Amino acid sequence: MEFFIISLLNGLSYGLLLFMLSSGLTLIFSMMGVLNFAHASFYMLGAYFAFAITEVVGFWPALFVAPIIVGLLGAAFEKYGLRRVHKFGHVPELLITFGLSFIILELVQLVWGTSSVDYRVPAALDGPLFTLFGTQFPMYRGFMMLVALVMLLAIWLLLTRTRIGLVIQAALTHPATVEALGHNVPRVFMLVFGGGCALAGLAGVIGGNAFVTEPGMAGTVGSIIFVVVVVGGMGSLSGAFLASVLIGVIQTFAVGVDASILGGARMLGLQITPQTFGYALWSLKVSQVAPILPYLFLVLILIFRPKGLLGAREG
Amino acid sequence: MSKTHYEFKPFNLGRTVIWSLFAIVLLVMPLIFTGGLAQTMLSQMGIAIIVCLSYNILLGQGGMLSFGHAVYSGLGSFLAIHTLNMVSKGNLPIPVSLIPIVGGFSAVLVAVALGWVTTKKSGTPFAMITLGIGELVWAMSLMFPGFFGGEGGVSGNRVAGAKTLGITFGPQIQLYYLIAIYTFVCTALMFAFTRTPLGRMLNAVRDNPERVEFVGYDTQKVRYFAFIVAAFFAGISGGLAALNFEIVTSEVVSGYRSGAYLLFTFLGGATFFFGPIIGAVLMVLAFVLLSEFTKAWLLYLGLVFTIMVAFAPGGVASLIMMNLRVASFGYLRKLWVSYLALAITGLVALLGASVMIEMVYHLQLNVALGSEMKFLGMTLDSKGVNSWFGALFVMLTGLGLFEVCRRQFVIEWGNIQIDIEREIKRRETL
Repeated sequence: MEFFIISLLNGLSYGLLLFMLSSGLTLIFSMMGVLNFAHASFYMLGAYFAFAITEVVGFWPALFVAPIIVGLLGAAFEKYGLRRVHKFGHVPELLITFGLSFIILELVQLVWGTSSVDYRVPAALDGPLFTLFGTQFPMYRGFMMLVALVMLLAIWLLLTRTRIGLVIQAALTHPATVEALGHNVPRVFMLVFGGGCALAGLAGVIGGNAFVTEPGMAGTVGSIIFVVVVVGGMGSLSGAFLASVLIGVIQTFAVGVDASILGGARMLGLQITPQTFGYALWSLKVSQVAPILPYLFLVLILIFRPKGLLGAREG
Repeated sequence: MSKTHYEFKPFNLGRTVIWSLFAIVLLVMPLIFTGGLAQTMLSQMGIAIIVCLSYNILLGQGGMLSFGHAVYSGLGSFLAIHTLNMVSKGNLPIPVSLIPIVGGFSAVLVAVALGWVTTKKSGTPFAMITLGIGELVWAMSLMFPGFFGGEGGVSGNRVAGAKTLGITFGPQIQLYYLIAIYTFVCTALMFAFTRTPLGRMLNAVRDNPERVEFVGYDTQKVRYFAFIVAAFFAGISGGLAALNFEIVTSEVVSGYRSGAYLLFTFLGGATFFFGPIIGAVLMVLAFVLLSEFTKAWLLYLGLVFTIMVAFAPGGVASLIMMNLRVASFGYLRKLWVSYLALAITGLVALLGASVMIEMVYHLQLNVALGSEMKFLGMTLDSKGVNSWFGALFVMLTGLGLFEVCRRQFVIEWGNIQIDIEREIKRRETL
């Protein structure tokens, strides 16, 4: 029971962090048809900017300033880079974000070095939130969940209750009509791209100190959020939410489970010895398999439900 | 008799000449560059040419952007090195020279298994699926140390089995000629593939899948078969790489490797058949020489790639073909002054920028050695105002002059294109 609840809470907080990343990615994708390969790089930039700003003025200003800087960078990249290659089609658009992820990675290594930086949880949030069955749940995890939920609410209100949100929603499906009504659709694109990057930056600010702030952080989270977007259904925000939480929880549980097919077979009275065919496969522990679970999930979804969990359209 | 399809004229005229030249280049290169480094680099280039061309079956001819091509070349490598080890133990009577084909067929098996899921979609979903499968295989390579050799990899010895005609493949030069033969045959086969009905349908699936379905073809099947063909050649190159390095680590199936194939195939030019050959040569030059020359080489690579995507999405090959067109109408003479000016101002800007980049890298990595550094024979003080100001000044001057030349060049280029169009019209009326 203790393991279950603590893992569930940890999984939820990880899943919500994933959602902060995948929400921006899926918004950008459904609007512009561009898969932003550099999205995780903006997450990394958020963490590093927050680290740099925290050293000067502290964590709380960094929480607001770092995402804004990342968002501005994203908007600038959309305006001067992405818009230029838009006329060549989707593949060059994807490739230019791929190139950008290379450049950001190198620049981060150039400025902050190749090893991890000492970006810490602020003292006010350092400590247990509550104790459950003798296990402490860190306050910072609770803070992460709070920020993610507030952001989720804010996005939802923005998209459904404001004028700009309505324009964005309209531009998702009928960009030409929206343009004919006198709205500046390229500017809406720029705003959405910048906003998505700012969300990634915010995720970096609160995720960077919960995990590790290092040049490899973009790579570890980058492919997972692509999985989230595909599993949830390309361009579906609610699907991205479901998939993020699902993958976050599954991965957190899998890391903690020490069982294997070998053990299960023993309980059923089957004997599997090192001589049995495929011993390496049967003896794998669930915790060892944890890193590949999201990708396995992806392949299964693509076989059995190609449009994703809540997707409305196929690719 | 009328032609059934359009053919590019100079290629048709000189196809024999071009293929003989290619064979001669492959034969003669190790006689010109005789050093040990040159021989290993030439061998790597041959391997890279096969894999980049096979990647272009997907990217250029099929419009499929794959982020997991290294899975097929890498698994081909692993199967090849295990086969080689069985040959060394005397369990298998296969000559070493055929081991790359073993790699090719094992990659085909993997592609038959994984390709059906992968090719269900095209476009962006295809890219994400390949990425996912690439990550899956890469993560698995660390889970099964028995097959993938864990951190240390699997090593072998290519001097094994029967020695036909006294060829042991011990010396690098003997292996180079094996690689050269494979490179030539595979290139020819892949070119022939573009002329088969399947190759033609692949182009159609790339350009207008909807219409292909109306005509009565299954687009997924076309993509699936092309995927398997691409995997076969990737596996051959993987097998050759296993023979060349005699060690295979799990790095060969990693996402970095797939990314490198994508990057250089695109840089070389995905729209022309010969583009990836240029890309492959650039890849080996970048990995072996540029990485020796500067620590910032990945940054330069990223910048060059981004600039190419933004300004010349056809890669180096398209630049060459555009200039060949200009030359064939005799207008290249008008342009060479502009080219010279562009090159000189561009180099000046590059010099300034690279001095600054190198100084930052020096500050970050080698600051313990003092602030003085050498770059291109210059002594720079990475903490001195003079060096920074000088570099900035050089870069800004170069950039400014480059922009002036570029504007002039764009006007000239446009005029020449108009002249060429006119000339074509005039010839049509003759």
